[in-house]
Amino acid sequence: MMLAKLLFYFFALLAVGSAVLMVTRRNIVHAAVFLVTTLLATAGIFLQLEAEFLFVVQLLVYAGGIMVLFVFVIMLVNLDIEMRAVRFNKQWTVAGALAFVLAMQVLTALWVGRKTFHLPAAPAALAERNTETVADALFSHFVLAFEVASILLLVAMIGAVVMGKRRAE
Amino acid sequence: MIPVSHYLFLSLALFAVGVVGVLTRRNVIIMLMSIELILNAVNINLVAFSRLYGSVDGQVFAIFVIADAAAEAAVGLGIILAFFRNRKTIHADEMDLLKW
Repeated sequence: MMLAKLLFYFFALLAVGSAVLMVTRRNIVHAAVFLVTTLLATAGIFLQLEAEFLFVVQLLVYAGGIMVLFVFVIMLVNLDIEMRAVRFNKQWTVAGALAFVLAMQVLTALWVGRKTFHLPAAPAALAERNTETVADALFSHFVLAFEVASILLLVAMIGAVVMGKRRAE
Repeated sequence: MIPVSHYLFLSLALFAVGVVGVLTRRNVIIMLMSIELILNAVNINLVAFSRLYGSVDGQVFAIFVIADAAAEAAVGLGIILAFFRNRKTIHADEMDLLKW
């Protein structure tokens, strides 16, 4: 029990800390590395919540696929100009204040209800055969949404190819 | 046992950092990364509640959110590439062709 708590707070601190660093770094490559750290810490949280399938999906799709895409685009755009450019836009004070107010609002709501939910031990079926249970739900109850998601990915793929293509003169 | 509210606090922190990133940075790539951060915060909520109710539906939803994030990243980065080729900038406040 103690170990679970320790793991949770370790991963939570890691996630929040590298998220803050990601938003404030000047170099985009550093920001990308800190985003990877946040994603890995989130994967750790998933594992700690006994969602093993999602843990692997997070590692493969996010930390693997999406981050490679990001780094690829970062390498294609001009890094030298970015190193000298101003990091934040002109409305950053207003934007920061708005985000702070939003966070305080949700924080108050959470604080009022902080004693309501206590995490029970996972049901045996969910804990032991996580991938099987997820697949059962995905291919029975959510099969329509699954097909729609595949069409969405196909459209996104075609869109990315069209956007990335150099226009023939 | 860790209360669910702690997962919600973690998710709130990540979400707020993501919102700050989207609203204050000039670099469009970092704005896209902050959006990924926001989607991640949502995923933590979904998985925590899935665990709370002992049902796997929240995890399935999280998978759909990840698929959405992949699609969004692919199209968004494609748009950024096309824009950079034409206008030689990736700063959001210099994208003002439609501004009066």
